[in-house]
Amino acid sequence: MKATRESYGEELAVLGEKYPDIVVLDADLAGATKTSLFKKKFPDRFFDMGIAEQDLIGTAAGLAIGGKIPFASTFAVFASGRAYDQVRNTVCYGNLNVKICATHAGLTVGEDGATHQALEDISLMRSLPNMSVFSPCDDLQTRWILNEIVNHDGPAYVRLARPKLPDVYAEGTEFVWGKGIQHGNGTDAAIITTGVCVVEALKAQRDLIGMGINVRVIDIHTIKPLDKDIIIKAAQETKRIITLEDHSIIGGLGSAVCEVLCESYPAFVTRLGVNDTFGESGNWANLLEKYHLNRRRSKSRNLEITVIYCFSNT
Amino acid sequence: MLSDISREVRKDILYQIFSAQSGHPGGALSVADILVSIYFELINEGDKVILSKGHASAALYAVLAEKGLFPKEELASFRKLGSRLQGHPALHKVPGIDAPSGSLGQGLSIANGIALSFKLDKKDNVVYCILGDGEINEGQVWEAAMSSAHYHLNNVIAFLDYNKLQIDGSNDEVMTIAPVADKFSSFGWFVQAIDGHNFDEIILAVKNARAQDKPSMIIANTIKGKGVSFMENKASWHGTAPNEEEYKLALDELENGGGL
Repeated sequence: MKATRESYGEELAVLGEKYPDIVVLDADLAGATKTSLFKKKFPDRFFDMGIAEQDLIGTAAGLAIGGKIPFASTFAVFASGRAYDQVRNTVCYGNLNVKICATHAGLTVGEDGATHQALEDISLMRSLPNMSVFSPCDDLQTRWILNEIVNHDGPAYVRLARPKLPDVYAEGTEFVWGKGIQHGNGTDAAIITTGVCVVEALKAQRDLIGMGINVRVIDIHTIKPLDKDIIIKAAQETKRIITLEDHSIIGGLGSAVCEVLCESYPAFVTRLGVNDTFGESGNWANLLEKYHLNRRRSKSRNLEITVIYCFSNT
Repeated sequence: MLSDISREVRKDILYQIFSAQSGHPGGALSVADILVSIYFELINEGDKVILSKGHASAALYAVLAEKGLFPKEELASFRKLGSRLQGHPALHKVPGIDAPSGSLGQGLSIANGIALSFKLDKKDNVVYCILGDGEINEGQVWEAAMSSAHYHLNNVIAFLDYNKLQIDGSNDEVMTIAPVADKFSSFGWFVQAIDGHNFDEIILAVKNARAQDKPSMIIANTIKGKGVSFMENKASWHGTAPNEEEYKLALDELENGGGL
């Protein structure tokens, strides 16, 4: 069990040894984003910009122009929202080598409530030209993404979560940039998901088998560039597509899947996520349940019920 | 002579904006002498220049073309479809442009980042960053001003193109920035106030700035529309292109040394 933000902090400190050009910037949240681990090891290459996210991204852009590989971190809501214009007009328009590693994304920030819950960041970041967008689900995948983006010249946004998560992948698993990962070959439905919801989808998959429903789960760790083939194949081979994300259903993974299918293989898609509303305070487990992002059968619109409904409705 | 170069640059600024029938003559003419001083006198190999007030792009393009970084004929394509000379400076298109700009208030943060990279690499280079007076209404400028001082970035040399006018009127009418020298001083900057159209003062101010252990703000008192009598000190010439008659009149003034 490890939070993806912890994996980020640990791996960044490892990468710092191998890549002397890596510099890290934070906006007074180094303890929470775990960039503090890099700071401790490489104090001369760590810059705290204070509570000033616009300056954080702008300074990172300047360091990239100066030939460094800047990793800029703060909470996802601030990195994607407060500094949106800096990300758009400086980092992306300039195609600068800035890595934005944003933590506490989605409802996972929990008790801090709606002001701190980024439910629009996938939407905001994936619409920017030159930007690559990643959403890892566990420790190994997070480390892999960091090793990929450090060698890729261009902007990247990595969506990281607050709570500890179980390992989905075993050591030695091969990941490929822009390629989703399919779990099972079920044809009754496909649950296309990302980040913290992958583990919930896999739990639902196991439970559904007991009910005679065989679904496949597709983990989209690279939201942009999106693996269109795996999505189209799922639409061709299964009866229903369900998307599941800790994000607004507007503009996120669900929308991205719909964009692909509308153009290539029209299919019914049920988007599960936060339904055009703000979040609220509460612990992560309770929020998952309230916003129907987990597999528990406590409400009428949870994942399993949705799958059964979609299945029986075909 | 820098003044001769400036005259050519001013003519090229007007040529671009007249050709495009679009652009920002007022602020381009006010910042021209600062850019000419930097590019033709002050700049050393490896130094970077950020025109944070990106709407004065015509001045930057005129200077870069005058430096020979791209053919002068290309100035005719300013702001037109397919041109490298975008309305606001784009990176990776025109040689000599070190940062994208146009969305105001971002240049100083970028300058700080470049300055930090120079320090990490133990380079003696400096970053020049040119801000507009209206631009400093943007809050990010003050975030960056704090950072420059916090990180002792004495390799950041900023100019404020203080022509006292912005789109909707005078600074005082739109948003008071005075006392601007005191503001930067209190943020931990070394502040000098000069005549932004006097080459000797510009060059001396940069020499002074290079001897400091803190970031430098050079408040360059300038005249919006400088060099064209009917454009001078008029907010209405912020973003208006001259018609043919006005263009000819302006060129005639510049060729005969009008206002300079």
